[in-house]
Amino acid sequence: MSELVLLLSSSIDSGTPLLLAALGLIINERSGVINLGAEGLMLIAAITGFAVALATKNDALALLAGAAAAAVFSAFFGFLVIWLNANQYATGLALSLFGSGLSAFVGIHYSQESLTVAGHHGLFSHHYLVYLAVLLTLGLSWFLFRSKAGLVLRAVGESPESAQALGYPVRLIRWAAVIAGGALVGLAGAFVSVVSTPLWVEGMIAGKGWIALALTTFATWRPARALLGAYLFGFITMLQLHLQGRGVNLPVELLTALPYLATILVLVLISRNPRWIAANMPTSLGKPFFPGA
Amino acid sequence: MPRFLDRATPACIASSLLALAFMTLPACSKKPSGDAAPSATPAPPAVEPKATEPKADAPLKVAFAYVGPVGDAGWTFAHDKARKEAEAAFAGKVKTSFVENVPEAADAERVIRDMVDQGNTLIFGTTFGYMEPMLKVASDNPKVHFEHATGYKTAANLRTYDSRTYEGAYLAGVVAGSMTKSKTLGVVGSIPIPEVIRNIDSFTLGAQSVTPEIKTKVVWVGKWFDPPKEGEAAQALLDQGADVLMQNTDSSAVLQTAEKAGKFAFGWDSDMSKFGPHAHLASAIINWAPYYQKAIKDALDGSWKTGQVWWGVKDGAIDLVSLSDKVPAATKAKIEELKKGLKDGSFTIWKGPIKDQAGKEVLKVDEKGEDKMLLGINFYVKGVEGKLPSGK
Amino acid sequence: MIRLEPRAEPARWLAVFSPLLALGVTVALGVLLFVLLGKDALGCLQMFFVEPIKNARAIAELSIKVTPLLLIGLGLSLCFRSNVWNIGAEGQFILGSIFATWVALRATPDSGAGLVIALLLAGALGGALWASITAVLRDRCNASEILVSLMLVYVAEQLLAYLVNGPWKDPNGYNFPQTITFLASSRIPRLLEGSRANIGVLLALVAAAACWLFMNKSFAGYRLDVAGLSPPAARYAGFSARSALWLPLLLSGALAGLAGALEVAGPDGQLTTHVPLGYGFAAIIVAFVGRLDPIGVTFSSVLMSMFFIGGELSQSRLGLPKSITGVFQGLLLFSLLTCDTFVKNKLRFARAPATPTTPTTPTTPTRGAAAQ
Repeated sequence: MSELVLLLSSSIDSGTPLLLAALGLIINERSGVINLGAEGLMLIAAITGFAVALATKNDALALLAGAAAAAVFSAFFGFLVIWLNANQYATGLALSLFGSGLSAFVGIHYSQESLTVAGHHGLFSHHYLVYLAVLLTLGLSWFLFRSKAGLVLRAVGESPESAQALGYPVRLIRWAAVIAGGALVGLAGAFVSVVSTPLWVEGMIAGKGWIALALTTFATWRPARALLGAYLFGFITMLQLHLQGRGVNLPVELLTALPYLATILVLVLISRNPRWIAANMPTSLGKPFFPGA
Repeated sequence: MPRFLDRATPACIASSLLALAFMTLPACSKKPSGDAAPSATPAPPAVEPKATEPKADAPLKVAFAYVGPVGDAGWTFAHDKARKEAEAAFAGKVKTSFVENVPEAADAERVIRDMVDQGNTLIFGTTFGYMEPMLKVASDNPKVHFEHATGYKTAANLRTYDSRTYEGAYLAGVVAGSMTKSKTLGVVGSIPIPEVIRNIDSFTLGAQSVTPEIKTKVVWVGKWFDPPKEGEAAQALLDQGADVLMQNTDSSAVLQTAEKAGKFAFGWDSDMSKFGPHAHLASAIINWAPYYQKAIKDALDGSWKTGQVWWGVKDGAIDLVSLSDKVPAATKAKIEELKKGLKDGSFTIWKGPIKDQAGKEVLKVDEKGEDKMLLGINFYVKGVEGKLPSGK
Repeated sequence: MIRLEPRAEPARWLAVFSPLLALGVTVALGVLLFVLLGKDALGCLQMFFVEPIKNARAIAELSIKVTPLLLIGLGLSLCFRSNVWNIGAEGQFILGSIFATWVALRATPDSGAGLVIALLLAGALGGALWASITAVLRDRCNASEILVSLMLVYVAEQLLAYLVNGPWKDPNGYNFPQTITFLASSRIPRLLEGSRANIGVLLALVAAAACWLFMNKSFAGYRLDVAGLSPPAARYAGFSARSALWLPLLLSGALAGLAGALEVAGPDGQLTTHVPLGYGFAAIIVAFVGRLDPIGVTFSSVLMSMFFIGGELSQSRLGLPKSITGVFQGLLLFSLLTCDTFVKNKLRFARAPATPTTPTTPTTPTRGAAAQ
């Protein structure tokens, strides 16, 4: 197979966890809650998924378990920021740090283990979750922009006061969004430890949660753009490795920094027009909501 | 974040002081146990709490500082395995302990000093980055013996030890050369220190001894241990046509990636065959047990001397194990022959003519590479593609 | 049913005790954890709270950890108060150590005290410059400072790797990725002969005092306060939103850079890829637990250092896993955030949902334009 095709294929694999996490974060942020704890959630889901996969040898169950674990912690996070009105940024950071430590702690005895891997490679033979991610993108797009429930969700994100005045239970909707979004973020984390690199090691998510956060801004909170961004990032990640292998005359460190520099560039380009951001960003993002009752 | 502490600050200070005082009470009432509080008067040399001298029949306390987790299935795992074997071999006479995930540099000094405080008189530091901290602690504790792995500075009570991993790499290369169909090999490199470059070179030389026209591609991860990156690097190498992979990193991610893709790879540092049953060709392992047992014996019978030790196949420190059934019998026989040659000195890996990437001859015909030259290797041999990340 | 109602005024007494309450909760949960792990709970507590301050040498070691945590924590509390979410202090730390190394590499054995001062200033400059990238991208392009500063951490790590693998590699170092060991004339002066404690801790305490003065007694500090609490009010008063962004970022960058300089020329003594130890991230917790106040941050940096060293000790002495430190730190932060909610809100046991009243002004600082 030509090298380019293989590169594209690997890019898709590399970008899939980013896509799943970004989709989950889009659901969160569309409801007005920003969750900086994505990294911690992915780590928790990764160790849970790995442990379940080891015990049951069932990939699907493991992925679901990872998603469930992340959903539980998201519910806790959601409770703090939605019902107790804790500062969203600080609480998200706390979740990241805590998830990091907890997953390392729980995972101590799992570093020696490994899962048997099934072979998947080539442009058209990926793990089923890769295809599922694409379907989820389409589904989420439809949900957000063509369904009533999605409209309500967006309304909650744009103006929770108005939504409440219309009689919608804003806090419940936000909580549901945080839990559902958290589950997707967890699915991404479990994908990394169960499918991508079937091992467990502390910190194995290595910043993917943060990159997913950047991707939601890059995607201006639209699922289809998130797909583009995730695959693009995956492409740059794999490209720099290919360039190294080819002996390109650039310092290795510069190549390694490429994906992160690209993220900054993308953020700058996207954010430059404040009107574009303002037009797309959920207005109540990050702000606490007091129902007043 | 609300900041009304401006007026509450005095109360905050008061309550915190109270809490701290409460916590330190137990400390005040405790008798200093062997750690006499040093006075503040400047007095060279450093005021170190004296480590209690071991009594004649008390077991020798030996401590190990690991840079990674014992569960890494690679470098640290190999050290810990040897530690356990040594403790068992000297049953009762030796008591070992370890600290894992000790970062290289500043924090290491504290950990090593604490090991000394805890009464350990033989301390092993298993990574290069502990060199400076160990030297400092060694100079303050002349009665304690220090052993530093993969370093190059010694002291009267600090010696260095290392294993000739390049021999394992060469043997793996021979197997790789006989198994590759695409004539392209891939190596996932960790950090571009001489040891790793030497291993890449030796791997290539070994493969070239079987198939002279092979090429080796290299991708650098920048860390010793980063499974997701290692996996991606392995994938990139496979995408570029490599069909046999080697690694100098510490996890089994490379092997697993090869397994997923239906290609081949080697285990490194420890036997990794279980991580990739179809892909695994062999594992180049390090066996620290013979050395650790020798070092402990030296400490026990008082014959410990400083020096620089570099052990290989000959001393049982390096081996290529678990060769897969897919490897042809002829190759297996050749490996045995080479091991014998290394053991009895009749075979030398780094013997000229060897050219570097640019075509310059680094070893003339029949010239043997001295240890000193090998220790500082900073060039790729011909056949390795890519640029050394040396910035020059 | 139980409701949370925002208080008209935050409960002052609770605000003071909230961190202690959080600490108490964390300790209690910790004891539970130790018991579940089958370890001697009291022994573990001793490792965390007693051993690190047991004798002069322990305190010296503690001070080495406190210095960077305090310096960076001060800068971050300044940032967070102004609603500038600088998550990239680690990158600013790295740049500080790089700039300081540049000066240190120019030392000769006769260099005087001036070299050390230059080294420290260079470190502060490096950190401030790196932070200014985040500032300018946020100022001109509205790019989220959270994400930009974080990405810059990864870039800084690679820059460090490039320098120690290439131009600054010790020519006599057998090609290992490190610089030369700094000459004695370029090392940070020690406080006491024989201990590792250096003047860095004094500098950090001076910085804490300076920050306190700045925040509480200076007009510039007042402006930042207002900008953080209520951007509309700040705008109405004519306070520059731009300076409310730049000033905290530059200051925290400088402080983080100074910490980097102290670390590389202090306990480390050479530049390697192991100089950055994650202080930039740990300091986030330090800032919050210290309630974003310099005095609080001083105490919380001591507490966090005790956690770090205690975690190390419990690993070597009691066989506890190293990751327990991370768990504790996270627990502490969570407990603190939970306790904090009761400072701002009170529990109400209402019988029936009340009719919607006009919402009271939220007391949490709202984000200015272009959030995230």
